[in-house]
Amino acid sequence: MVDPGEGREGAAERVLALWSPDWPVTAAALGAHVPAHRPAAVFHANRVLACSAIARAHGVRRGLRRRDAQARCPELAVLARDPERDARLFEPVVVAVEELAPGVEIVRPGLLALPAKGPVGWFGGEREAAERLIDQVAARTGVECQTGFADGLFAAVLAARRGLGVEAGRSREFLAPLGVEELDREPDVERSELVDLLRRLGLRSLGAFAQLAPADVASRFGSDAMLAHRLARGLDPRPPVRRRPPEELAVELELDPPVDRVDAAAFAARTLAERLHTTLAGHALSCTRLGVWARTGSGEELLRIWRCAEPLTPSGTVDRVRWQLDSWLTRGGSGAVVRLRLTPEETVTAGALQIGLWGEVGESDERAGRALVRVQALLGPEAVVTAVLGGGREPGERVRLVPWGDEREPGGSAGPGELAGPPAPEPVRLIEPEGAAVREGHPEEPDPASGPQLRVVPPEAHGDHRPSGPGTVAHDHRSGAVGRGERGPVRPDGDHGGMSGDQSSGGRPSSIRTPARSRPIRTPKAAKDPVPAWPGRIPSPSPATVPPEPLPVELLDPGGRPVGLRALDLLDAEPHLLVLPGRPGRELSAWAGPWPLQQRWWAGGAHTEVRIQVVLVDGAALLLLHREGRWWITGIYD
Amino acid sequence: MVGDAASRLELARGLLRRMEDRSERSDAVRSAPVGPAEDAGADVVPVAEPLRPLLPAGGLRRGSTVSVASGTGSTSLLFALLTEASAQGMWAGVVGVPGLGAVAAAEAGVRLERLALVPRPGGDLVAVVLALLDGMDLVVVAGAQRAGLRGQDRQRLAARARQRGAVLLALGSWPGADVELGCSDVRWSGAGRGAGRLCSRQAVVRSGGRGSAGAGRRAEVLLPGRSGAVAAVHAPAAVLGTPVRGAPAHGTPARGDERVAVG
Repeated sequence: MVDPGEGREGAAERVLALWSPDWPVTAAALGAHVPAHRPAAVFHANRVLACSAIARAHGVRRGLRRRDAQARCPELAVLARDPERDARLFEPVVVAVEELAPGVEIVRPGLLALPAKGPVGWFGGEREAAERLIDQVAARTGVECQTGFADGLFAAVLAARRGLGVEAGRSREFLAPLGVEELDREPDVERSELVDLLRRLGLRSLGAFAQLAPADVASRFGSDAMLAHRLARGLDPRPPVRRRPPEELAVELELDPPVDRVDAAAFAARTLAERLHTTLAGHALSCTRLGVWARTGSGEELLRIWRCAEPLTPSGTVDRVRWQLDSWLTRGGSGAVVRLRLTPEETVTAGALQIGLWGEVGESDERAGRALVRVQALLGPEAVVTAVLGGGREPGERVRLVPWGDEREPGGSAGPGELAGPPAPEPVRLIEPEGAAVREGHPEEPDPASGPQLRVVPPEAHGDHRPSGPGTVAHDHRSGAVGRGERGPVRPDGDHGGMSGDQSSGGRPSSIRTPARSRPIRTPKAAKDPVPAWPGRIPSPSPATVPPEPLPVELLDPGGRPVGLRALDLLDAEPHLLVLPGRPGRELSAWAGPWPLQQRWWAGGAHTEVRIQVVLVDGAALLLLHREGRWWITGIYD
Repeated sequence: MVGDAASRLELARGLLRRMEDRSERSDAVRSAPVGPAEDAGADVVPVAEPLRPLLPAGGLRRGSTVSVASGTGSTSLLFALLTEASAQGMWAGVVGVPGLGAVAAAEAGVRLERLALVPRPGGDLVAVVLALLDGMDLVVVAGAQRAGLRGQDRQRLAARARQRGAVLLALGSWPGADVELGCSDVRWSGAGRGAGRLCSRQAVVRSGGRGSAGAGRRAEVLLPGRSGAVAAVHAPAAVLGTPVRGAPAHGTPARGDERVAVG
């Protein structure tokens, strides 16, 4: 700790970094109201992304699988990753710091940087400034944080992680003994390959890396390594040829009507970010510090600066703008946003940020993306969607529609909040019992005498033609073992069936598509786990048309009486005629089923549903669902 | 030179004949594919193998308009048309189909991340389709009749498709389409009377259309086949026989990678 101004010969300016350890966990615990004394961890793709200090004391580590983490620490609160929540909850911290010091820049949620000169001069020393800031943040928001002082952002962040103040001009000495893996600490920056390479070359510390001649680094390791090399030498990441961008690069958008919803704000952010990047690309520049400015309906002006180690990509810009708008809007009190402006506060020459030569972002993708954004501008952001397949048993239930531009597979293999229950075992393949044996051996058959004469399954069905489609039972592989399947169809008490973890169907008709964003999603990591089976799902082919709302329909037997159910897997008469309201009846040529489905029996208000497939004489085929005493069309095989 | 008059006449006639021959030949070339001839072969959006014989160019010609007659099998036929293009990384947009069975589309082989849906375009149908034609390789329009699309709008859309090299696929009738496809003689197999399950559907797909494309080609395909994708009718006995025994109780994941892990 030295007085400011002493020996400032370093190329980089003096930076104060304020870092809140394990911010994703802190934010998630705040959001989920997990008490501070309880160990908690944030998971992404079934791996620990961040964990609290208590969890770490119990042996939980970054990168650990969920079940391993829970084994080491059974009371661990399992939380889902949500970058938007992290950003939103960090805003109060930024506001608290801003009350004491100007020029705050957010590096990422959980880490902010500001020029050290102001607060150090005002409070009379680095130690005093650090104390005041930490106290202020703790008093206002209850968040613990650490500060670090050093020359340049990189050293300051590393100092903050250690709670140190590095003397001015001695950043290089401070960095030298640290390992090269410090270069790969920021989540936005992917340098694991470089770090690995340096390690294998025997360059284990930043000091050793810094000893290399810059020309050698440039010629052997590429441009990103040059940047890393500058960092290791305690210099500013970019040579001091930065220039203040001309004013006209700022892009502005009048929001009419004023935006007060986060999704609408996100859409506006996307439009604006695209415009900004087009403008920047026209000047061959990319942005490393982004100013987000907004004016609210009450005339308040809000400005926040985001700083990035790497030049911002369009999607990175969108994320930051969205997070910022999200935190302003949810903070409340200032009304809707009427005007939005993005200012590139600092730019560098665009070098590496080019459209991919091959890979994901090709020309046709860009073209398609632009077309879709135009349609969104016409109809609203929710009007253009892509479908994502999810878990479920009904064709409609398996589809989640995601507005274009939103992430198709948001992070976290888990739903929000805590996950209960043991991890899923290997999917159990049901042993389907012989049809006849099941029916006769079924203990809960309501009318034992009804067996032979009322069975609508034709005699040959017992042998050759037994239902070969979905299981007779919607059996949950989580809740039971293989042996239970042998007991046959669903027990009325609902012992079988159901799917833990699914939050979609509720008491509503399960064939209605639900825009449930919180549905568990497959992530690349999770894809390696065995794909869970959904016993009771009707095998492919699936209906090509799934009516948004199930259509009521009548099913009549040859005598003209409505067909109902005798048991869950037994119709009380042979269906003969299908009657849509207000239309003449159509004769059936074939039908298959019935297949019962009991879901969410634990949630109350659940219905037992029974599905059959029918083929009409004219060739049309339908998927029917029996619920609440009547039949509905839930799928059309057209 | 006087005696040459006859030979000169002969020469001129020969030239004329040669010219005629040449133009006839080029006429034959021109009339084979639909639409402008200069982009023959190269600019065709591929379709699944079983459907190729149906289409004059062996695929969907870029810039052309194709209608799929509504009725049984139309949506499956539509998915089958999109499958191959989607697998090659092309983009498709579907306008005005609120009940699109995305599961069936995925089973048919359509990549859902490249299938943009505009389920309810409302009154802006033309504007939406025009915007999509600018960026997508294939645009499917449904409900043109319901939306009260006039002939003028149709021509505008077809012209935009031609200009952008996109394929406009109309679900339902579309007067003036280059190729008209339709399903008939559908026959489901697998379900009995209270037994089995729907396994596959045999259908006859017919194509017609303007000019020489309207040769009335037909093909018998499984639409969908057992996996959900379109398939050729190879061995009817094997596929269309009695309901299959011992099908797995959890269903047969057609594309296991599309399934989703829980928890």
